[in-house]
Amino acid sequence: MTTTQLAGLLPELEVIRADFPILGRTLAGGLPLVYLDSANTSQKPQVVIDTMVDHLERHNANVARAMHQLGAESSEAFEAARDKVAAFIKAPSRDEVIFTKNASEALNLVANTLAWARGDLSIGTGDEIVITEMEHHSNIVPWQLLTERTGATLRWFGLTDDGRLDLSDIDSLITERTKVVSLTWVSNMLGTINPVAEIARRAHEVGALVVVDASQAAPQLPVDVVASGADLLAFTGHKVVGPTGIGVLWGRREVLDQLPPFLGGGEMIETVRMEGSTYAPIPHKFEAGTPPIVEAVGLGAAVDYLSMIGLDAIHRHEQTITTYALEGLATVPGLRVLGPLDAADRGGAIAFEIDGVHPHDVAQVLDSRGVAVRAGHHCAKPAHARFGVQSSTRMSSYLYTTPAEIDALVEALEYTRSYFRLG
Amino acid sequence: MSHDLDSLYQDIILDHAKRRLNSGLREPFEAEVHHVNPTCGDEVTLRLHLDGDVVRDISYDNQGCSISSASASVMTELLIGKTAAENQPVFDAFLEMMRGKGQVEPDEDVLEDAIAFAGAAKLTARIKCALLSWMAYQDALARAQEDSHV
Repeated sequence: MTTTQLAGLLPELEVIRADFPILGRTLAGGLPLVYLDSANTSQKPQVVIDTMVDHLERHNANVARAMHQLGAESSEAFEAARDKVAAFIKAPSRDEVIFTKNASEALNLVANTLAWARGDLSIGTGDEIVITEMEHHSNIVPWQLLTERTGATLRWFGLTDDGRLDLSDIDSLITERTKVVSLTWVSNMLGTINPVAEIARRAHEVGALVVVDASQAAPQLPVDVVASGADLLAFTGHKVVGPTGIGVLWGRREVLDQLPPFLGGGEMIETVRMEGSTYAPIPHKFEAGTPPIVEAVGLGAAVDYLSMIGLDAIHRHEQTITTYALEGLATVPGLRVLGPLDAADRGGAIAFEIDGVHPHDVAQVLDSRGVAVRAGHHCAKPAHARFGVQSSTRMSSYLYTTPAEIDALVEALEYTRSYFRLG
Repeated sequence: MSHDLDSLYQDIILDHAKRRLNSGLREPFEAEVHHVNPTCGDEVTLRLHLDGDVVRDISYDNQGCSISSASASVMTELLIGKTAAENQPVFDAFLEMMRGKGQVEPDEDVLEDAIAFAGAAKLTARIKCALLSWMAYQDALARAQEDSHV
């Protein structure tokens, strides 16, 4: 595949692509794979696959409880992964990094333990939780559950016509009653990058906690948890070239110390008597049961891989590809992009609709040409409803995406229009 | 490859997706149901008008892809005007074909135009699209019959 040369692409893109074995496979009919579904899940480099296989082949044992050499090696690898993640997000302390199953579990951990919290963090009638209309369902439903259970009120930022947060009513939304502001850093549907630090500043003025869903940000922006303004921040492993089954919750120590435990069981205790128990300090307080060990080890290799390439360079690559894609999509008649049209303010996910063809049918025709995209509501039904659509087609690029793949997408979209006889 | 596409998007399907026979919500009706495909968000509101045991009308309002729209259209054409008992073998045959992973040889005498969905039955992601309105019909029928026996 010859690559159009654009300033801002990752140097040695072909070398990076060679790190991802799946990109070399072909699909039915011998077609090359054009994978444009990385916001859904990213592909995995060989180093992540090898690290996980090596752990299973040579070091497998349970962690923190096996008194033998394998147990020590496994525990060491698991805790080293925590160090790598802490470095990846510039966490002030490794103890503030909690492994979860995914971002959904991390967000549910926060919403549930807040519902159970007593003292300063307790939430009840008259209190308010503020989210936004562009959230993934995993940052909506846990807060709906929390407000139903506590009697608090759920409020949200609306969106502007060009797909940004409408901050015009920020002072009436974030008030003395606000206990939590939870928002996404980068929208998984609109691609919008939100001014998280600015909103966090306002939230902190009224004493609210700030929860940030960084599921789409962590793969493509340099993350500094302290600079972000978040008190708690969640992301998932499988979107940062790591495996599924592992997510991360970072929280400021003072907040995590105040929150009650989430799941009870092994590993999260200090001591257990039949009359009652005391709990381990963070991070283990929130990690009951045998954790996803090999998945954590794989995530450690994944974030090291991304750091080696450099998040600034990856972000620049994504912006370059996104600019190129927005230009290409603009040439397709009847195509409307949902979200900002300026690549500077957005991530690498671009949702769009085509007049006269349902997104499922678009994705089906693209798939027949080897182009993998997502169609549907992308777990963001309210954001779709805001723009008067029930679903959309979404292309999402990553560090291995080439301009030639964008060309293939645009060509396949033209073919889709002709297939459905739209001229 | 475009051969596969053509076996999915047969002319019957593209034609029905465009014409959407019997679409729009009408009165009278004994049961109204709303079904959603949670994975993609496709929706259908379906009304059933029973006259004794005869399905006099099936009216619907749907938002969905060409497969789910065409399926609703074909279904209403097949089922309206027959008794619920006469419709049952058609319903069963359609379900059997869609759940047959492409291995079930459909009977054209029973399914008529609905055999066009045999291509969709081979694609896991599209089976629910084709079944959405049929499941809504089954639900509406059960409710209408339940009410008439109260």
